[in-house]
Amino acid sequence: MLERNQVLICGGTGCMSSNSKEIKAEFEKQLTSFDLTSEVGLVLTGCFGLCEKGPIIVVYPEETFYTHVKVEDVKDICSEHLLKGRPVERLMIKDPIDKKKIKNMSQLKFYAKQKRIVLRNCGNINPLDINEYIAKDGYQALADVLTSYTPQQAIDEVTKSGLKGRGGGGFSTGKKWQFAKNSESDQKYVICNADEGDPGAFMDRAVLEGDPHSILEAMAICGYAIGANQGYIYVRAEYPVAVERLNNAIKQAREYNLLGDHLFDTDFSFDIDIRLGAGAFVCGEETALIASIEGYRGMPRLKPPFPAIKGLWGKPTNVNNVETFANIPVIFLKGADWFKSIGTENSSGTKVFALGGKINNTGLVEVPMGTTLREVIFDIGGGIPNKRRFKAVQTGGPSGGCITEKDLDTPIDFENLKNLGSMMGSGGMIVMDEDNCMVDVARFYLDFTVDESCGKCTPCREGTKQMRDILNRICEGQGTLIDLDALEVLAHMIQKTSLCGLGQTAPNPVLSTLKHFREEYIAHVVDKACPAGVCRELTNFVIEDNCIGCTICARNCPVNAISGWPKQIHRIDLELCIGCGACKKTCPVGAISSQPMNQETSL
Amino acid sequence: MKSLEELKKLRDESLKKMTMRYVKDGFRIQVGMGTCGIASGARPILATFLEEVEKNDLGNVSVTQVGCMGECAYEPMAELIDEQGQSFVYCNLTEATAREVILRHVMNHEPISKLLLTTKKG
Repeated sequence: MLERNQVLICGGTGCMSSNSKEIKAEFEKQLTSFDLTSEVGLVLTGCFGLCEKGPIIVVYPEETFYTHVKVEDVKDICSEHLLKGRPVERLMIKDPIDKKKIKNMSQLKFYAKQKRIVLRNCGNINPLDINEYIAKDGYQALADVLTSYTPQQAIDEVTKSGLKGRGGGGFSTGKKWQFAKNSESDQKYVICNADEGDPGAFMDRAVLEGDPHSILEAMAICGYAIGANQGYIYVRAEYPVAVERLNNAIKQAREYNLLGDHLFDTDFSFDIDIRLGAGAFVCGEETALIASIEGYRGMPRLKPPFPAIKGLWGKPTNVNNVETFANIPVIFLKGADWFKSIGTENSSGTKVFALGGKINNTGLVEVPMGTTLREVIFDIGGGIPNKRRFKAVQTGGPSGGCITEKDLDTPIDFENLKNLGSMMGSGGMIVMDEDNCMVDVARFYLDFTVDESCGKCTPCREGTKQMRDILNRICEGQGTLIDLDALEVLAHMIQKTSLCGLGQTAPNPVLSTLKHFREEYIAHVVDKACPAGVCRELTNFVIEDNCIGCTICARNCPVNAISGWPKQIHRIDLELCIGCGACKKTCPVGAISSQPMNQETSL
Repeated sequence: MKSLEELKKLRDESLKKMTMRYVKDGFRIQVGMGTCGIASGARPILATFLEEVEKNDLGNVSVTQVGCMGECAYEPMAELIDEQGQSFVYCNLTEATAREVILRHVMNHEPISKLLLTTKKG
């Protein structure tokens, strides 16, 4: 019988970790007991993007959007919604403005402002079923290219679309393909870079998990264009779900002869294999990635020669990022002109951002290039929780920089972000509020690069470590003004002399926080105070006069350092205080702040 | 996979199972399935609608169930919302009349006035 309802359950990693697999099993059980199995379809899909509200379930055709679903709720959905047609209101999302329940997915502002090209199928189709991908025009672009394009025409189409590499560099994809095509060789390779390593970025994982076939199709197109017959997907072993779904997708594509010999009865043959990476940040750099596939330590080498001339096993190789590939089939289906019409003059198409940090709607959003940061953070992301004030947003992960309030209305594209001292990167977007100490943030990112530096070149191996030591000193209250200058000198030196992108961009978080939040650094080294109250040695919490005496802080203090009677101003005993910040977080009127030490002693 | 035609055929076939996720306009049949509806036999009616839609390959129809429509005496009922958004409430349905609704109203755009609630209530 034709299905009258379809229940889509999010099978992204976020929702899976909050039991979406068990929820699916419970649905199967309940539907059997209500005898609805023939009328109601169950589909495990890829990520819906609104990970904050997971696990997410969408019931079609009504498009009812259920959030935070627990295993116990499944029975209600089955008996009320699926059997009697009464959607379960308590599981719906509330509109933040008029407090009404949102009945329908299209009413969600989170989706209304997005334009989904890369994530077009995520949360829409079953990633384990090739037929669903084909139903959404899957593999048609490949068929088209193989039968009615010459390799050169295919490359021209990609060049015309203006697509730029989404992995961070922002280099024209068409040009990259052209270089690989122009290299003469008996053997060439296509590599998909799925070694997503930025802290807080997970858009590539979402695509691999939610729409793996789009990557296979794009790689085959690329293979045809540059003259390669073998592709590799380099994916980190830390993404087990993505690996499993990719393996399944490759198997299905081979069964349908969409991978293999003589695709669509032409002379073109193409196959794809998966190579697992151990999860090193540096392996996202293409030469390090190639070394890792060859079985060597993942370390970058000097460029040129670029991989397009001398890549995997010395043969011409084209390396593209997952998100870049995910755009390719659409460009051929809808045309380069259509793609060019989206976004800005120099950056066409869309970009997926992974929103994280102090933001209400943590998750994945895809917006046209040229959307402002404010729209992404406040309209789609839902703003900052707990009535805190926005302080900065870090884009580009450990290679990027932070952007402050005054630049929030800048349209996002490759050039603009670069001019602001940050970069597009792979699209991580970490939002920080007034409770974040920028020195600490810079130290966090530097910690990451120190750990991830491969150690091949001295500036990156030693330089980043020295910078981190200085930052540690500053955070512990041992810093001086000279340290700030030393930081800057070191930063520029590392930028200029490092071998690969990892080292060249590692000082960016320090430089941009120094530029935008110099006063905070000065507070650390001169006043010996951390204004945000994060660096413990420099934190002196003081309760100000607007204290209402609610006693909440006293009850939350783990060391009983706060005294005071109800309805009277409380006091913190700094001898006992361990600077954990628990009181500051719970204060309903924001009366607790961190003050410079000397001011406290005078009180 | 040998050709584009073969791929397109497979696409159209697979799409049938997924239309409800993508077709937004078209006919919508809402079968009243409150306690009253279920008691007077709405389930076979719903099944009939679904079978007919599938048999006649109607891509633009979605069948769904709703709660009690408030006219329990006239159950089983189904509300049909056409492409223009106009609503027709059919009542006292049987499997035979449900089939007729699909054949005449959905496929030939002729509302069956004798089955409408407005007619029966007079």
